[in-house]
Amino acid sequence: MSGFDLSAILGNPEYAAMLLHGIEITFVIFIGSWLLAMTLAILLLGLRFSPLRFGNPLVAAYVSYHRNVPTLVQLMLWYFGIFTLMPEGLASWLANHNAETIFAIIGLGLCQAAYFSEDLRSGLRSVSPGQMEAAQALGHSYVSAMRFVIMPQGIRNALPPLVNHSVSLFKNSSLALIIGAPELTHAVKEVENLSFRTFEIYLIGTVLYLFFSLLIMMVGAYISMRADPARAARA
Amino acid sequence: MINDIIAIVRDYWLLLLIGQYPNGPLGGLANTLILSALSIALAFPVSIIFALARLSKWPLLRWPVTALVYVTRGVPLLMLILWCYFLIPLWTGADVPSFVIMLTTLVVYQGAFLSEVVRAGIVALGPGQMDAARALGHSYLGAMRYVILPQALYNMIPSIISTFVSTIKDTTLGYVINVPDLTFAASQVNNQLLTQPFQVFLILAIVYYVICWSLTHVANRVERRIARRRAGLSNIRAAAVAAPPKIISEQP
Repeated sequence: MSGFDLSAILGNPEYAAMLLHGIEITFVIFIGSWLLAMTLAILLLGLRFSPLRFGNPLVAAYVSYHRNVPTLVQLMLWYFGIFTLMPEGLASWLANHNAETIFAIIGLGLCQAAYFSEDLRSGLRSVSPGQMEAAQALGHSYVSAMRFVIMPQGIRNALPPLVNHSVSLFKNSSLALIIGAPELTHAVKEVENLSFRTFEIYLIGTVLYLFFSLLIMMVGAYISMRADPARAARA
Repeated sequence: MINDIIAIVRDYWLLLLIGQYPNGPLGGLANTLILSALSIALAFPVSIIFALARLSKWPLLRWPVTALVYVTRGVPLLMLILWCYFLIPLWTGADVPSFVIMLTTLVVYQGAFLSEVVRAGIVALGPGQMDAARALGHSYLGAMRYVILPQALYNMIPSIISTFVSTIKDTTLGYVINVPDLTFAASQVNNQLLTQPFQVFLILAIVYYVICWSLTHVANRVERRIARRRAGLSNIRAAAVAAPPKIISEQP
């Protein structure tokens, strides 16, 4: 191997295009699974707080499964397992439409929904019950007390863990490599195979992941600050 | 479906449990557990050293470790595994088994995560403990060894167990460098059967679920016990100084 030379990779249009495509797919997986996870998390939270008797144990089982089984095994179960059980038409449609990426989004999204719903729940639970009583004493209905008093505080409390779990979702998007989605880590390995400049391309991959992780953390910190200027001023 | 699963377990339980052990390297569930236990046992002292370095007053000690912790937390574990897979054979010049590479990666990775837990535990004790220990004539390290760490580490036991759980889950990533663990054994079974991937990976998920669920359960029980003990102790202390009850209720 010759000396350290980043330009051998970044200056090569073919490698640069592969990396850019990798970043694009990583973000497709990250944003897609984030949206899926958040939607599901809110539904799960609704089910938890609903008067339905089976709601609570059902959500608890969902959360328990997704937290105690490794994310990689969940992805494998989706891609190698459930994919093959699907009806012929659906499976071939998926196979023609980047099935790896779609299953990465589904697998990661379902898994992360469990974490997000627990974050939201503990955020809401940390609001003291006195708040609800006070709001109702002031004439709010249950729904309007939820909307104007409990929810704003609860979501604010839930923001720090939500940001942390968003960062780990971003990092977990690299697991899609194992089911063959062409995301950033996949692109890094491909460029490595072609260029044999392992050190340089790993360094580029690491810096890219680090950059985007820090970016997500900074966006999260900004949102937390906007949501609660008083606490930000104290910190 | 159920019959398929029972048949797979009956035919392949030994492979899933210990891999090809007498005829090949130890693998399967046994290897997963050994790998996780070894990496948590080695990551624990590493994390204490990292935490002390991050709390140190010497920038030369503090900055490199802080940078290492941030990089480790900002980069996917998969990327770290690839780094170790590339660098360790390069540095040692030897043919390092993938088990050792995975072990090293996990020690660095979990060491960085645990060091944050240790650091939080030490900071949460408050500066008063250190001041009092120093006033009684302990050196800085003596105070750490006999006063600060025993308290901080005791409070950390639940976090250590949950780190153990996440280590077990992280060992699955050894799949990319062919560490012969449970996931590897399951994919071997899958390659031999070819027709029942869902059943095989469902078994895999169930095994991981049972292990991690039981350990999480243990962690929760230990956490409750510790919380109760601390609440009891702080009640006695609070009664002595007649502290307002609000402070007690705010303790985690």
